[in-house]
Amino acid sequence: MTAAAIEVRGLEKSYGELAVLRGVDLEVPRGRIVALLGANGAGKTTLVRVLATLLRADAGAASVAGHDVATAAPDVREALSLTGQFAAVDEILTGRENLVMVARLRRLPDAGATADALLARLGLAEAAHRRVGTWSGGMRRRLDIAMSLVGEPEVIVLDEPTTGLDPQARLEVWAAVRELADAGTTVLLTTQHLEEAERLADRIAILHEGRILVDGTLAELKALLPPATVEYVEKQPTLEEVFLAVVGGGERS
Amino acid sequence: MTAIADTRILTGRSLRHIARSPDTIITTALMPIAFMLLFVYVLGGAIDAGAGRYVDYLLPGILVITIASGVSYTAFRLFLDLQGGMVERFRSMPIARASVLWAHVLTSLVATLISVAVVVAVALAMGFRSGAGIGAWLAVAGILALLTLALTWLAVIPGLTASSPDGASAFAYPLILLPFISSAFVPTAGMPGPVRWFAEHQPVTAIADAIRALLTQEPVGADLWVALGWCVAILGVAYGVATAVYRRRMA
Repeated sequence: MTAAAIEVRGLEKSYGELAVLRGVDLEVPRGRIVALLGANGAGKTTLVRVLATLLRADAGAASVAGHDVATAAPDVREALSLTGQFAAVDEILTGRENLVMVARLRRLPDAGATADALLARLGLAEAAHRRVGTWSGGMRRRLDIAMSLVGEPEVIVLDEPTTGLDPQARLEVWAAVRELADAGTTVLLTTQHLEEAERLADRIAILHEGRILVDGTLAELKALLPPATVEYVEKQPTLEEVFLAVVGGGERS
Repeated sequence: MTAIADTRILTGRSLRHIARSPDTIITTALMPIAFMLLFVYVLGGAIDAGAGRYVDYLLPGILVITIASGVSYTAFRLFLDLQGGMVERFRSMPIARASVLWAHVLTSLVATLISVAVVVAVALAMGFRSGAGIGAWLAVAGILALLTLALTWLAVIPGLTASSPDGASAFAYPLILLPFISSAFVPTAGMPGPVRWFAEHQPVTAIADAIRALLTQEPVGADLWVALGWCVAILGVAYGVATAVYRRRMA
């Protein structure tokens, strides 16, 4: 067992001529939230798919909870849960049925109790017996995350968990992610939003053109910039703050 | 065996889909029933298919059409699972990877055979009768199940490779048309040379003739073995290609 939950060394992956990952090094310590920040096409999803054993790397090595993704894929799948970029939930089943199915596939002794506990934890208990097809985007996302939590895997990977969500739903997902960290789960999340990385992550790694440019805590990253100057600026409310004030939403505690 | 348990859980899931939208079973049966009505009550009078009732002659071919239209839903459902990320989710979980495909295949078998039963019931209402014993009926059911299995694995290929839901199910159109150039509706004897040659050497003729012989209690002869040979050959090739495509999507 190594100390890191995820360890990536010199990982390379190309699609034909296009080199997507060009020697990625990354370490995710146990029990931390690490944000992988990068623009569209930076290689975030490719890296995540290699870690989830959905894709084979061309060169380099990656391990999850001490298991090599290339040689010990079944152990990696046991230790890591992926929540992909689009909520992968069964719309014809109810929320509870989705969770029970995953719990049974993971051979949990009491699938029903696991499902009920997760529904309550993510604030979905009320909608549990409705078909997911009738749910809102934010609720589906939270169900998607709940499905990844079944069986309490050591590492959760969230690929752009808030892409395509409205501000209210985004706050719901953020609250869910923070709760994970409080429970001691290791989280790797990818995002293109600086604010999301800043709000959630203990460490931030910036992926650009297939390489990690910097990797550190927010304070370390800020230290890379020239020292702050003090200016007095009248702060206008952002449109998001206006929107949330008007619709009366707030962060779930 | 974990693979069997995984397949059972996932098959339960897709059977629940079928149970919640039984219209797919009805729409699968609708077109073959329409063909049956059309041929028996409109065109049938002009077709010389021997001494017996035309509906008795026609039914085997109609059942082949039912199966072809049934498996196109499998391609469609598999395509939706890929699009929606469910396949990806299952593949990233510690479960047997083949179980994802097998669940769709077994569901297809159940749904299609229910459609076949609906079509047979309509045929009975239209005057179809058979004096075949239990053994012959079991043999017919076996051929139909084997054909469904073979065509379902064939349907898995477009389900995995299509880029649109229409593309995923469009592959079934040639399969649905194939019975028209066979002995299914009209005896091949009256067809012009090349058409007749094609009709007599394509799988639907052998399958329809074998089922017809079983249902009319006539000697089945070589047709049965030719029919089974075709089914096993299609099954083998389609299964090989489908699983290779499925594995290739990994790289």
